Amino acid sequence: MTSMAPAGDFRTAYRADTTIFPTRNARLALLVGLLVLCAAPLALGRYELGLLIAIGYSAIAALGLNILVGFTGQISIGHAAFFGFGAFASALLAEHHVPVPLAIWGAGLMTAVVGLVFGAPAARLKGLYLAIATLAAQFILEDFFARARWFSGGVAGRVTEPYTLFGLRFDREETYFYIVLAHVVVMFVAAANLMRTRDGRALVAVRDHYLSAEMMGINLAYYRTLSFGIASFYAGVAGALYAHYLLFVSVEAFNILYSIQFLAMVIIGGLGSIMGSLMGAAFMVLLPEIVQSAADLLAGGMIDRVLRLGASISFLREMAIGAAIILFLIFEPDGLAHRWRMIRAYWKLYPFSH
Amino acid sequence: MAGIPAVLEAGGVSLRFGGVRALTDVSFAVRRGEIFSIIGPNGAGKTSMVNCVSGRYRPTEGRILFEGQDVTRLRPNRRAALGIGRTFQNLALFGHMSVLDNIMVGRHHLLGAGFLRGMAYWVGGAQREELAHRREVEEIIDFLEIQHVRKATAGTLSYGLRKRVELARAVALKPRLILLDEPMAGMNLEEKEDMARFIVDLNEEWGMTVLMIEHDMGVVMDISHRVMVLDFGRRIAEGTPEAVLADEHVRRAYLGEADEVVSGAGEPAAA
Repeated sequence: MTSMAPAGDFRTAYRADTTIFPTRNARLALLVGLLVLCAAPLALGRYELGLLIAIGYSAIAALGLNILVGFTGQISIGHAAFFGFGAFASALLAEHHVPVPLAIWGAGLMTAVVGLVFGAPAARLKGLYLAIATLAAQFILEDFFARARWFSGGVAGRVTEPYTLFGLRFDREETYFYIVLAHVVVMFVAAANLMRTRDGRALVAVRDHYLSAEMMGINLAYYRTLSFGIASFYAGVAGALYAHYLLFVSVEAFNILYSIQFLAMVIIGGLGSIMGSLMGAAFMVLLPEIVQSAADLLAGGMIDRVLRLGASISFLREMAIGAAIILFLIFEPDGLAHRWRMIRAYWKLYPFSH
Repeated sequence: MAGIPAVLEAGGVSLRFGGVRALTDVSFAVRRGEIFSIIGPNGAGKTSMVNCVSGRYRPTEGRILFEGQDVTRLRPNRRAALGIGRTFQNLALFGHMSVLDNIMVGRHHLLGAGFLRGMAYWVGGAQREELAHRREVEEIIDFLEIQHVRKATAGTLSYGLRKRVELARAVALKPRLILLDEPMAGMNLEEKEDMARFIVDLNEEWGMTVLMIEHDMGVVMDISHRVMVLDFGRRIAEGTPEAVLADEHVRRAYLGEADEVVSGAGEPAAA
């Protein structure tokens, strides 16, 4: 009966008790999942791969925002501006003959520095006041993009270099997919590691009870600011990946609506959950596509003619996104990650779940 | 007892919030290895005094010395790193973290791996450090008998257990002085006995100096080496439990008789 799992999860070493994925089955599932993803370009078309790439870079940005909002309990409604900064910074670095693989990380670091500057008020502000401060960051950066032609190419936008490594060009969905996948894995593992060591715990402590966190020796100002730095780094890397995928970056993409989309990813995925960031990003990327295809099906059909929807059918998409966020806040305030845990718990006890 | 160096010295500490005088010219010294209790009626300024020591409040006047070093102007996190741990009157655990993580937060100033080494985990020694400290934290968990809840979310525990986890978290700091703000409040007799035993063990076996606020007179008189009595923000008595119990100012404060202004400290039973 070697195929049967023991009727419990017994660990005999602290090392086994501190792993990211608790059980052997979970690690196996992850490995299989990654292998399946590696084979994805063989089976999927360019459109589907494009969606996966979008999920990938969105998930990295969402994870950064989750470290700030979900784990540290801060707030930022300027995340898209940092995402945009990373995109332009990477394009700029690539233009100055920095190899793109390095430019992406360099852009992350530059964005982190900018994030630290705008995050400085976070050391003193909380809640609504901090929200307004980050809103200022959003508008200041947007304005900077529009005016600083040397940086962003102004209103015309900026053309970016494709990703090349060892003479290989990764400029098609089939190949760029692997680049994004590798970055996603690295960034997610780094975040999971962070959260099981000193500074990650300190961030959560600051969120849960900042007064007693300070009594435990945690420097509040340092960790609140650090959280902004890390979040911006993630946003910058994600933006850079976006830039080298589209090969063209323009200013208007990084508006406040996009910032709110990142917030929606984090809330829908699950505040304070690493895998939730990925689920939330997948949800927010796929939802418009699904609604769009539903709308396309409706267009010209009988319902359309009866209700005279006509051109307004395209607004269904925006409305569906708004409705999704509201419904999630009401029915699933803990996010997709929580639902996933509940499903797992159900099957763990099946058929004795009641 | 004379000649044993003071771990904590408060000199002429006053604390005012606008017109309210929370503390007026309070001086005392806690010697190494002592269990020192502060008692007094509600609103006497006991928690304010502890907050001045832990750094939550900054005294309007006076100085706080910890092991001879002036800490009056230090932030709470710096004081924790020097070796002052504390628990809170109203529970202040990190509610969404596991018990284990709560206690590991107490190790903060003893851990060296920052966020970069943390993210790299396997390279740079963060893992080795985590496991070494986990071993020590498990000793604290064993000592306080909370093995069965180590993976539970702190916010879901019963009141008595949460009090114990909070103590564990403070002990994890490896403090040389531990401040306990009403460790027995809201406990039943059995839980109180357990807690009293933990405090005595911390003092005798772990070598921690204890500064405790407690309302339960039985416990205070049983385990304290010395007691200070505060009333309306002033020190009205200090000494061994027996001496303090016999003090007429103390009797008056506790029996609630009209109390003439008691001038500062000093004349009642000094230790």
